[in-house]
Amino acid sequence: MENDLKRNILDATVWSLGVFAVFMLVAHEAFAKDRQSAATNPTYKAECGSCHVAYAPALLSAGSWQAVLNGLDKHFGSNASVDAKSLTELRAFLDSNAGRDRRASTGTPDLRISETDWFRREHRKVPATTWRGAAVKSPANCAACHTGAESGDYSERGIRVPN
Amino acid sequence: MRRELRALALGTGLIATGVAVAQTPAEILRGYESAARQASPAFGGFSAQRGETFFRSAHGGDWSCASCHTQSPVAAGRHAVTGKAIAPLAPAASPARFTDSARVEKWFNRNCNDVLRRACTPAEKGDVLAYLMSLKN
Repeated sequence: MENDLKRNILDATVWSLGVFAVFMLVAHEAFAKDRQSAATNPTYKAECGSCHVAYAPALLSAGSWQAVLNGLDKHFGSNASVDAKSLTELRAFLDSNAGRDRRASTGTPDLRISETDWFRREHRKVPATTWRGAAVKSPANCAACHTGAESGDYSERGIRVPN
Repeated sequence: MRRELRALALGTGLIATGVAVAQTPAEILRGYESAARQASPAFGGFSAQRGETFFRSAHGGDWSCASCHTQSPVAAGRHAVTGKAIAPLAPAASPARFTDSARVEKWFNRNCNDVLRRACTPAEKGDVLAYLMSLKN
């Protein structure tokens, strides 16, 4: 009788843990999907996905994106200017898809995704030598480690850190 | 002359409507030829060799065209800052290259500013395109 009770408690614990683990996994994936969802706008993909991966719009706040768009002729040392029609479209797209939570906006506009608290936290275990390696070179080079970056897949499974 | 007029009309139409029509690199080269002739009556034709020198030169700055597109533009390049892969620039290796004049102009506008800190002339663009078209896969 006592053994039955013990077994029941054990079963319940194992089940709860299992359900909890599955829930965490789903929640994490859903969160990651939202934050890193592939850019869907064709103009955004074409204009902002040639020199670097078309970053998920949710990674910066609306204010940050507008600041980025206002300085495209001097975009981190490169000229990335677009024609007036594309600019209008990009403004609308980024405005409605920008990050809305506190992580995306820190008062002053963050122009570099790699300087947001979220990015730093997610990459805190990456050693400096990896960042400097010839295969990575820059935190902008998502695809160096995230093999599915091109299609918006940043899941843990797709990570291959080069030597 | 009639051909030039047609190219000019096509070019103007493209700019006016903003519609991308599939073109060939040779057609785009002809567009630069009439523009170069208009800019300088002494224009004596494009030179692939001059284009190659231009492509490999740093023009007083840190970067050349080759910094991202490599010394051999039939090979895939890599962005000098972000490291992102860039498809080969030569049409022989990437058939989609130089088939949309608006797109070609956009990239000359961006990249000439990065490399030369000024816009490229039609003669310079034509030389570079002539060089790229001369490359075999």
